[in-house]
Amino acid sequence: MADILLEGRDLKKYYPIRKGILQRTVGWVKAVDGVSFTIERGKTLSLVGESGAGKTTVAKQVLLLEKPTSGTILCEGNDIQQFSQSQLKMNYRPKVQAVQQNPWSSMNPRMRVRDIIAEPLVVNTKQSKQQVRSRVQELIEQVGLMADSAERYPHEFSGGQRQRIAVARALALNPSLVVLDEPVSALDVSIRAQIMNLLKDLQAQYNLSYMVIAHNLATVRYMSHSVAIMYLGQIVEYGEEEELFKHPLHPYTRALMSASLLTLPEDEDKGIKKIILSGEMPSPLDPPPGCRFHTRCPEARAECSQTAPPLRSVGSSHKVACIRA
Amino acid sequence: MSKVILKVEDLRTSFFTRKGEVKAVDGVSFYVREGETFGIVGESGCGKTVTGLSILRLLPEPGGQIVGGKIIMDGTNLLELDKKEMRAYRGKVISMILQDPMSSLNPVYPIGDQIAEAVRLHQGLRDEMVQQEVISALRLLQIPTPEVILGDYPFQLSGGMRQRVVGAIAMSCHPRLLIADEPTTALDATIQAQYIALFKDVQKKTNVSIIFITHDFGVVANMCHRVAVMYAGKIVETASTSTIFKSPRHPYTSALIKSVPRLDRKDKRLYSIKGQPPSLLDLPPGCRFFPRCPMAKNVCREQEPPEVEVGDGHSVSCWGVK
Repeated sequence: MADILLEGRDLKKYYPIRKGILQRTVGWVKAVDGVSFTIERGKTLSLVGESGAGKTTVAKQVLLLEKPTSGTILCEGNDIQQFSQSQLKMNYRPKVQAVQQNPWSSMNPRMRVRDIIAEPLVVNTKQSKQQVRSRVQELIEQVGLMADSAERYPHEFSGGQRQRIAVARALALNPSLVVLDEPVSALDVSIRAQIMNLLKDLQAQYNLSYMVIAHNLATVRYMSHSVAIMYLGQIVEYGEEEELFKHPLHPYTRALMSASLLTLPEDEDKGIKKIILSGEMPSPLDPPPGCRFHTRCPEARAECSQTAPPLRSVGSSHKVACIRA
Repeated sequence: MSKVILKVEDLRTSFFTRKGEVKAVDGVSFYVREGETFGIVGESGCGKTVTGLSILRLLPEPGGQIVGGKIIMDGTNLLELDKKEMRAYRGKVISMILQDPMSSLNPVYPIGDQIAEAVRLHQGLRDEMVQQEVISALRLLQIPTPEVILGDYPFQLSGGMRQRVVGAIAMSCHPRLLIADEPTTALDATIQAQYIALFKDVQKKTNVSIIFITHDFGVVANMCHRVAVMYAGKIVETASTSTIFKSPRHPYTSALIKSVPRLDRKDKRLYSIKGQPPSLLDLPPGCRFFPRCPMAKNVCREQEPPEVEVGDGHSVSCWGVK
């Protein structure tokens, strides 16, 4: 039996659009529209999609930065909406930590690294100064920073090192789950591999679960155990890494993979063609009827514009929302 | 083989700062043929953007200066032109696309006017003719209903569409060389694929040469015919795209390619290059990559490696290459 740490059930987030002096609600932006997922202990789930797909909104819901319009989040089987504020503070927030995309804006430039990493400890625990200090030093070494980093300021570090500081801060409270929002996309190519390897090492060492938000499929393949492909607020394909990358079923997944696959000029001569989607993702303000992808789908049929295909199982661990699959 | 239209020889560009001279580009040489796409790939701070800006002489003043070398476009050394002569080249013979379309378009003018500005300045056409040129530029970039979109402001367009408008401005005066600096970085994956396919099509139709500046090896593979890899202000390796990917000779090139995760297989563990690029203010003597190089020898520490030709159009600067 899989050890499920966190589960999202039919999560929705609608933002109202208000107009006029009375600020009446005239419509809704359906940023997330019925997303369900499970994260096992010690495993990584990646949410993949283009900007506007709703992946960051899902992550914000998990981090309690956005309240779901409907749907439930279960942590170790308990519905967190039933938790009181103090229960959340004791039992949920310390367990779920985050690393942001941009290490240049996720840290206060006027705080020393020591204080940045110590902040979660000071806020959430009653440890003595001595305990905090030794924990910070331990974290600094775990993420591969120089021992003398504690007294320095963020501007003295490069992007990769700053991302290490952010990881140390996220680990301070011994979380079970770390939400990684585009953890390497702001970094240089030669530094990305260092951070990805560090994250994988830490995962193995502490049995951490990760929720990775990313747009780069190759990065996702390297990091993940399971993957959810999102389009316009919904999951269109969900499965274990190997199954999904070897047998992608949804036309959108295939197009994304084709777009990120490395093809050399001679591959093209051999007839390996990229799938180029026409158009752009429609606005979540007014999503198309039926399958939301049908406006760009190279394989769309008449019925695709009428009924929305449900996300259905096509194997033990593989789900897809497409009538053709 | 088509003829060489741009030749850059031993280009040196420095920024003079309070902390000293920053040699952003330090002896870079390459050429671009007619109708080909030449990629310049490297990490931030390697000098790829400054190389592009130097060709157009658009360095930020004061501070940025070309201190040596030649940039020869069709037999004319651009560095010997006066300001007025240079203006006739910019946007007309050589044009440029920047990374972020939101900051390269003027938010308070309709996009039609912004394309017309370039056409009017360089081609001296009358109003109706200008309009025609503008529409044909938008058509070239496959913008649907160009007549309608002329009056739109940049904020009304999506990111992909804005980047096409920037492309239309760049192509509006039928340039011979286009310098594209990370034009796809701000775009989503599927839109990026569209944009690259579009530019290949534009190139086929106009035979324009493109210098494609990027940090993304995937884009290089899809777009470029030949590639130069830059590290800390120097080109370390130049070769055809397939040679770079299949038999890279410089340790930096091969390490970079190995450290990018692959889509077509799951890696157990990624290869990672230790350390980080050196500060341009405090460069190591000898080879600039030696502090991070897995194959560094004593000579690497002391002397800069010369550029060696190892194959047809394949040159490498490394002591380890014979």
